[in-house]
Parts: sequence; structure tokens; C-alpha cells
Amino acid sequence: MTVAHGMASGMHGVRTAGDLVMRMEMKGMRLGEAKEYVAGKLGVGVPELSDEYRMKEVREELDIGTVMAMPGAAKGLRAKANIAEVLDIKIPCVDILR
Amino acid sequence: MSKEDIRSDIEAGCNDAADRGKISALSEDAQERLLEILIAPERVASVEPEDTVVFSTDNGYHSLYGNFSEAGGVGIPIDSTTANMLMERAFGFDSVFYGWLDFSFKSSKAVITQQQQEIESILTNTLSPLIYGAMPNLGGYYKPDGPFDNVGDLMAEGKILEGMETYEKLVDHAKNDIVWVSEQVTRIGTECINIDTTASAGDGGFLSSLKACEELKKRTGLSIEMGMASEFVMGIHGGLEYEGNVLAGMYPHKQVEMAEKAGVDIFGPVVNTNTRKSTPWNIARAITFTLECSKVANIPIHPNMGMGVGGLPMAEMPPVDAVTKASRAMVELAEVDGI
Repeated sequence: MTVAHGMASGMHGVRTAGDLVMRMEMKGMRLGEAKEYVAGKLGVGVPELSDEYRMKEVREELDIGTVMAMPGAAKGLRAKANIAEVLDIKIPCVDILR
Repeated sequence: MSKEDIRSDIEAGCNDAADRGKISALSEDAQERLLEILIAPERVASVEPEDTVVFSTDNGYHSLYGNFSEAGGVGIPIDSTTANMLMERAFGFDSVFYGWLDFSFKSSKAVITQQQQEIESILTNTLSPLIYGAMPNLGGYYKPDGPFDNVGDLMAEGKILEGMETYEKLVDHAKNDIVWVSEQVTRIGTECINIDTTASAGDGGFLSSLKACEELKKRTGLSIEMGMASEFVMGIHGGLEYEGNVLAGMYPHKQVEMAEKAGVDIFGPVVNTNTRKSTPWNIARAITFTLECSKVANIPIHPNMGMGVGGLPMAEMPPVDAVTKASRAMVELAEVDGI
């Protein structure tokens, strides 16, 4: 069921920018505002946020982690520290577990 | 079902929600669009790329390693970190999740250190924001599991006032446990608390969750999602109020107003599936209630769309066409921010 929902209507998390939009919704932003905010911070258009090919490039450029386990690329807390910087937000575990 | 049967059930489902909730039914155009989505011959339906939404969850990796029907778990022997990495990297989920299998705040207290260790491991191995979920579950406070007499039994014996007084005491016990557990998991970096299945034990469960949210916001500033248990807040007490509003009898568009007052960041309305009615009837009804909730909300709306809620059939393995069509219709027609 989870996968079916994902295929039907999901942004697809770290494959695109779904995790970033989710972070902004957790701050109370509604979907449109959250997408605009993330697109602005990433320097892309809103439609590109759901484009796997484009977002893989952007995520690699910004070193904010991708779905691929690329050698040398930021993962886990290091990637989340970069996400915090790019989105200009605090991510609690980055400070606590650093 | 014929096309006309489906059209008729859509209209009846909309009208049922409108009557019960005293809200507007879906417009004729929206009902026709829903009909188009439901009769499409493809096995998998989907929204257009720019209309995609994000997913929070009250289940997450439990769908892989859980082995009980309500989680739809497939019983894979796997640890919570690996399961969450699969949810994130292989299945494209927008958030990662942790919840003790019993899923009640009260029972979580005894195993909090174990949970902190597992959450720490998930946080260091994933990228997505971590949601911790549990239920207020007022039933866990009744004897022999808790200190209180069973309110239902008291009332059945005619001890109405005694039952109401006991129920009022339960509220703060549940609230204190929600706050304590949430603070413990926040200490190691949890980013959001999902107070889930709220009001499953009636208006007291709703009140304890709202009060906990208020307190957590003041003390931690933590992000909070509130997922409901059903479309209608049962009046077990009947007179409990939050900020001057009687909680019993509230439907989603009123529930979300209370959630916002308490400081909730994401609200998860529930619309129950009526197993005596068709899937089109249930989807139409769920969309009607959810659209009204979305219209009045200032915060993101993530309707619950698991087994038996949000218009989905009551089945351990719901058919892919039913799930994806309901998912598409909810996103297109109910203006939701996520699921």
C-alpha cells in the first residue's frame, strides 16, 4: 500500500526533493509555500523538484545526499548538515550528534 | 458496477458527508472528475508530476518488519535502521519513522532507552526528517494495566458522574506521558512527534493530545503532527472543552481548528470506511470531508489513507487500482498537502 501511494502521488523523497519539502511542511508551511521555498533555496523551478534526473544533479552539486551511495559524497549527518545550511533551518540531530 | 452505479454512489457518498458534517458536497464538476478517475481502465493511477505531495506516516518501516494486520506488515526479519533505509532509498518515502511496536506513549516509557538507541542509529544513517509516533491510548490507563477503573464499566453500572470524574483524571495522565516520551526522543534529535490515533478513546484522548501539544511547543518547539483515530470525536465524557469549544461531536474541519490552536504543524484527518458501501461511495465521502478540512486549514493536511480509512477498502492487501485511484483523487480534488 505504501509503495502504491508513492507511485500514485508521492514526490519520492531523496530521489527528488520530497525530503526537503517534507522538512518545510513540518514547520507548518502548506505544500505550495513549501515547494516555493525549497525551489528558491535550490535555485530551481518548482516543477523540477519532482524530476529525478534534475534533482540528482542538484543534490550532487550541493552535496546534500542522493539515493545513490556515491563514494566520497556526503551521507547521513554530514549530508543533513549541508541540508540545514542550504534550507537555512536547524536540524536538531546535526547539532546533537555532530 | 456500471458507470451509472458508480456515479450514483459518488453522489450519495458526497451527500452523506455533507449531511453529517453540515458542509458543502463536492461540486458537480468534481464529482464528474472523480468518476473519470475511478472508471479509468489502467491498473495504476497517478497525479501529474507537479502535483505530487509528500508523505508522513504513522507506520513507515512497520510495513516491512511488522507482522500484524493493522500495520499491513509483511513480517520481514529486519532491524529498524535497515528498514528505514529501504523506505527512504528504495521506496522513495519523504520521511523516516520510529515507533515502538505497541505504539502507545504509556508503554513506550519502559523501553525508552532502547528506542533512543534505535532512533540514533536511524538518524545517523538516513537523510529524511525523522518522525516518532505513538498513541495516547487512554484504554491503557484502566485496571489491571493502569490505576483507573474502566470508565465504560462505571457508566454501564449507572455510575455516570464517577465515570466522568475518572475520565477527567485520565486526561492529564495521558498528557504527561506524551510530553515525557516526546522530550526523551527529542533529546537525541527526533524532528517531529506524530501524536497518532488521537481521540480513539473519545473526547478525553483528543483533549490530552491538544494539551500535550501545547506544552511540548512551549518547552521544546518541536514539530508536531496530529493524526486522528476517526472522523468523529466520540463524547465519552461529552462536556470536555478546549478553549471554550466542546470537543465531542467534532468532524475534521472543526478538529483542525483545535489542532491549530494547540500549535500542531501537520494535521492528519481520518474519514472511516463504511464496509457496507462501495469504494466509490467511500472515496467520494472521504474527499468531501477532507476538502472542507483543507479549505479551513492554515497548516498542511495529510489525510490518513491506510487500510479502512480515507476511502480505502478494508482489506489487508488493498488492490493497487483502488489505492492509487483514491490517492490520485484525494490529491487532485481535496487540495491536500500530503498523505
